[in-house]
Amino acid sequence: MINYIFKRLILLIPVVLGVATIVFLIMRVFLTDPSQSVLGKYATPEQRIEWRRDQGLEEPLHIQYFVFLKDLVSGNFGKSYKTNLPISKEVFLRFPATAELAISAIILASLVGVTIGVISAVKKNSIFDNIGSVFSLMGVSIPVFWLGILLVMAFCNGFIPTGDRIDMLLKPTGGTGFYLLDALILGRFNLFLDAFRHLILPSCTLAMHSTAVIARMTRSSVLETLDQDYIRTARAKGLPERKVIIFHALRNALIPVITVIGLQFGSLLAGAVLTETIFSWPGIGKYTVESVQSSDFPAVQGVVLVVAIIFILVNLFVDVIYALLDPKIKFGKRSE
Amino acid sequence: MSSEVSKENNASLEQVNLIDKQDSRFGDMWYSFKKNKIAVVGLVIAIFLIFVAIFGKFFTPFDPNLTEQDILNPRPPSQEHWFGTDEQGRDIFSRIINGASVSIFVGVASVGFSLLLGMVLGAIAGYYGGKIDTIIMRFIDIILAIPSILLAMCLILTLGAGVGKIIMAIGFISIPQYARIIRGSILSEKENDYVEAARIVGCSDFSIIFKTILPNIVSGIIVRAALGISSAVLEVAALGYLGLGIKPPQAEWGTMLSESRKFVIQAPHTLLFPGLAITLTVLAFNLLGDGLRDVLDPKS
Repeated sequence: MINYIFKRLILLIPVVLGVATIVFLIMRVFLTDPSQSVLGKYATPEQRIEWRRDQGLEEPLHIQYFVFLKDLVSGNFGKSYKTNLPISKEVFLRFPATAELAISAIILASLVGVTIGVISAVKKNSIFDNIGSVFSLMGVSIPVFWLGILLVMAFCNGFIPTGDRIDMLLKPTGGTGFYLLDALILGRFNLFLDAFRHLILPSCTLAMHSTAVIARMTRSSVLETLDQDYIRTARAKGLPERKVIIFHALRNALIPVITVIGLQFGSLLAGAVLTETIFSWPGIGKYTVESVQSSDFPAVQGVVLVVAIIFILVNLFVDVIYALLDPKIKFGKRSE
Repeated sequence: MSSEVSKENNASLEQVNLIDKQDSRFGDMWYSFKKNKIAVVGLVIAIFLIFVAIFGKFFTPFDPNLTEQDILNPRPPSQEHWFGTDEQGRDIFSRIINGASVSIFVGVASVGFSLLLGMVLGAIAGYYGGKIDTIIMRFIDIILAIPSILLAMCLILTLGAGVGKIIMAIGFISIPQYARIIRGSILSEKENDYVEAARIVGCSDFSIIFKTILPNIVSGIIVRAALGISSAVLEVAALGYLGLGIKPPQAEWGTMLSESRKFVIQAPHTLLFPGLAITLTVLAFNLLGDGLRDVLDPKS
């Protein structure tokens, strides 16, 4: 097992290197001169060259590339033009917010999605099934940002907060940055409740698309499993239908669902870009959008790299879980 | 459920098949597609939207960019302005019709862009195999490792935001999907005898890939392309919402949402209708894609 994880980690190195190269190409080759957007229209050519020299942009491209890779290996993702803080620190500060949102969304999506999927499959062609299909169809068609706006509209009376992570007065200092966790550690119930209320709308919004995808996958997987011979056997030996479904069908049907949940978790990190912007959620997604809007190129470059690495690691984690659950997969063999 | 029905149809139409293979294959598909009511609804809406996108500009009641100086707040829907106006007094109904052309054009064009590049990459990888396959597929893996919306944002940030560049950015992020599906289909098709026959007759690789193999795998590609249009429309709108879309004053649904974001309580109609337009378009192409999959590609 440890060998398998180790091998997979080694295999990640070329992928990360490739991602870094592509990001470098986009940010340094396509983009000819960031000095104009950073220094403004009125900067003199001398000032521009001076600034470009400071940033190391006057060097030949291959030298820039080596400097870029060297910095990357030592964990230096560059400095923000705007705040002059290291990008890794900016991202690190915001990581808990995004992770808290993504984790709660995936938990919500898995619970609701699997429930809808199982009910739709078991009661195939019933009214529940039809409602389930309409729900999943809407879920994949409705834009995340519009759903967010609709929820803000619906809850603008202040019953459920529609912005930020927590009431400013309650904000805990230090701790893990995961407010729900911090509240539990500190034993502050009001903090937990407040953080939870702030989490409701963003996580529902972010979860919608994944819920629909998971529901669809669960439905078809359960339907396929219910067709198997061993289900007929289980029914034939007189097991109650509930037991057949829970102990025989679900256990096998959920294996492909887990893969989908894993893939969805990765895409939630990206979906957070839109959700965080709507609900002013102070996470990585909102930071990315702000950096793009203010043309903070190193910040964008750094964030994309960090998010891509997180994305790759999450996918690896999912593969490992999958390998643990599915006895048919052998460790060490790379499944294509 | 519809596949069972279509099997029966296939059996009953077998005799017709014998008479004219080419013609009845299409007729057969249309017959089973028609059975799927929801897919037909999708097709009808999609055709309607494409019609609006092409000819809509002749039917807009107002100039979509006509502003009024003396108003400060959006006006609610009225008899004159069916969907109300935005804060500059522009007619939202006209802007939504006008926005359809951008969304659908960018959607279709970006699918065309990624389909073309994905087809070439996937075909080369699948047909030749070996080292070139490894190189292309590693490249695809790398693109897939970057969350697509972030990649699109990066590309637009550096390329700038013209319609052509947005098409390229959105097209680029979906190349992997097409390359993968085409590579997979070609891998499984190329072992067939008819490919071997074409090779013996002396057809060039190009003609084997595009004239011999491609017609056999085109159904999977059509399904993917229909679903691809729906996700491309979503991506255009998302980029517009983030302020990275088509440059104003051109009406674009996502940009309309972001411009009216501050009126969420005051004037919900400014946000309701553009969002509905996006949802309807995405829904139509999703329904169409699902329906086509049932007919053309029952395996998946």
